[in-house]
Amino acid sequence: MSDYRNDVEELEAKSATAARLFDIRRIIGGLFVVYGIIVTIAGITASDADLKKAQDININLWTGLGMLALGLFFLIWLKLRPTAPPTTPTEQ
Amino acid sequence: MRYLAEGLRLPTNGLDYTILAIYFVVVLGIGFAARASVKTSLDFFLSGRSLPAWVTGLAFVAANLGATEILGMAANGAQYGVYTVHWYWIGAIPAMVFLGLVMMPFYYGSKVRSVPEFLLHRFGPSSHLLSSVIFAVSSVLIAGVNLYAMAIVLEALLGWPEWVAIVVAGFFVLAYITIGGLSSAIYNEVLQFFVILAALIPLTIVGLKRVGGWSGLTDSLTGSHGGAFLSAWEGTGVGSPNPLGANWLTIVLGLGFVMSFGYWTTNFAEVQRALSAKNLSAAKRTPLIAAFPKIFIPMVVIVPGLIALVMEPTLGKAGSGLQYNDAIPVLMRDLLPNGVLGIAVTGLLAAFMAGMAANVSSFNTVFTNDIWGAYLRKDREDAYYLKTGRVVTAVGVLIGMGTAFIASSFSNIMNYLQTLFSFFNVPLFVVFIIGMFWKRTTPAAGFWGLLSGTVAAMVNYFWLYKGGIVDIPSDQGANFVSSIVAFVVGALVMVVVSYVTRPKPAEKLAGLVYGTRSPDMDELPAEGDDAWYRRPALLGWGAIILAAICYVPFSF
Repeated sequence: MSDYRNDVEELEAKSATAARLFDIRRIIGGLFVVYGIIVTIAGITASDADLKKAQDININLWTGLGMLALGLFFLIWLKLRPTAPPTTPTEQ
Repeated sequence: MRYLAEGLRLPTNGLDYTILAIYFVVVLGIGFAARASVKTSLDFFLSGRSLPAWVTGLAFVAANLGATEILGMAANGAQYGVYTVHWYWIGAIPAMVFLGLVMMPFYYGSKVRSVPEFLLHRFGPSSHLLSSVIFAVSSVLIAGVNLYAMAIVLEALLGWPEWVAIVVAGFFVLAYITIGGLSSAIYNEVLQFFVILAALIPLTIVGLKRVGGWSGLTDSLTGSHGGAFLSAWEGTGVGSPNPLGANWLTIVLGLGFVMSFGYWTTNFAEVQRALSAKNLSAAKRTPLIAAFPKIFIPMVVIVPGLIALVMEPTLGKAGSGLQYNDAIPVLMRDLLPNGVLGIAVTGLLAAFMAGMAANVSSFNTVFTNDIWGAYLRKDREDAYYLKTGRVVTAVGVLIGMGTAFIASSFSNIMNYLQTLFSFFNVPLFVVFIIGMFWKRTTPAAGFWGLLSGTVAAMVNYFWLYKGGIVDIPSDQGANFVSSIVAFVVGALVMVVVSYVTRPKPAEKLAGLVYGTRSPDMDELPAEGDDAWYRRPALLGWGAIILAAICYVPFSF
């Protein structure tokens, strides 16, 4: 009927994103594991001044562990449910 | 434009800067890694319409969760109190659900590549060109204003000179979007979403402990500001004074209906995220998935604003040296030790860059497809438009950087321009909603509705309100009223013009108007899309009910 729809369909067929784009879960997982380790270490070695500033909560330790857990969650999710192969659009 | 106070310098050290440096490396890495996936212009502008719903949904909420939004909403919390929740629960959720459930089939199903392009097919070139040009100009301008806001914050917090912040952030945004296109912008937004939460949640927890928990917080604020400060609706009767300068009617109609529907359903920087989803079901779920985090964001944005007010009771008062906008930076300075502090600085910077990237990535799409490709250089091969998109991205960022430098000397002009452009969303929404549901409305009606609604809002705001002819207690209140005026005038003009001009033939409207369908609307659902928890209606109504429940503790 209209050209623009055909254009978009043609481009969709040639598009490489679905096949070639990496999975963001790998990046989120990796970054949060690294951040988690750094911040957890800062929490283990926290000075008294650090603890006092954060109202006697070892906030570095808890945040670090939380970030580590989130990072691992994304990596495990990726492991259990790898990127699905792109569904081939039905040509009409 | 408000400045952050002096004396907010954060005690950052090498550990914090390491965390920040890692983030910059990852941002660039995402850009380079996404380059392999950009083969066509559709990959560059819309990620080849192939992303999963959870990615586009988080990008949808993150594109709005810029740093100006975070600092601004914490400031509103400190200034207006719990009234600020209206911007979330009534001012966002219903509009997001409406976009997902009602409008998305037309947007995604008609295979348009941008919001203005929908106007081209539904109405015609005049309204298309008008809205494309206004959108392009305003996105570049807002990108520049964002960049400038970031420069001020970084100068206060880290001591970076303004031009360093503008050049560094501008360069990173330019690099990762030019290389990786929308995929790279969206991936960075998803990452930013998690980093900013990793910063705001610890901040809120430590802050709450400092002021004696939620009960300690409410007790001190009830004592200093009265009970209405902690209620969402108290004192919003028509004619009764309250800090917001608005009553329940203008809140529900102006903010909740007209303004928020205008913003969330027609702002291409948001809608673009949904258009990049892999199928219609994922596109519909994009704003619905975004709605759930949006409901809970007040807990880590408005609550810190209230905490800051207890810790620094002079916040926002003349002579204290602290503005409302300083709420979150004050808490970062006083409560976060090195380590988490680095995460917080990274989150703030990431939010600034992502906000700007959202503007830039929507600007390049509209400029290339809707202005350059539609009117200036038609019918070239796809590789030409891909290259144009990259050049336009670079030019857009450079103009944004220029705007940021101009804003640093003329910040009042920028404020006016931003208000001016904000008046454009509401008439756009009128034109969309009438165009989608009324077959009879005509191309001429689209153009004149758009123009008259915008002019009416400006007349109301600048002449009647600023000129003192109508008495509205605050700028916020005046914004709400102007939106309602724009809506009513735009709608009336459209109806009248429709009856005196010729409509488009019905066969040209397939898939663009309610009751018609695109030739190929029945997409095969991807495997798993029929799971009960993925049903759009369930997600949408679930979000509305949840937002309504959230009001309960603050309403009585």
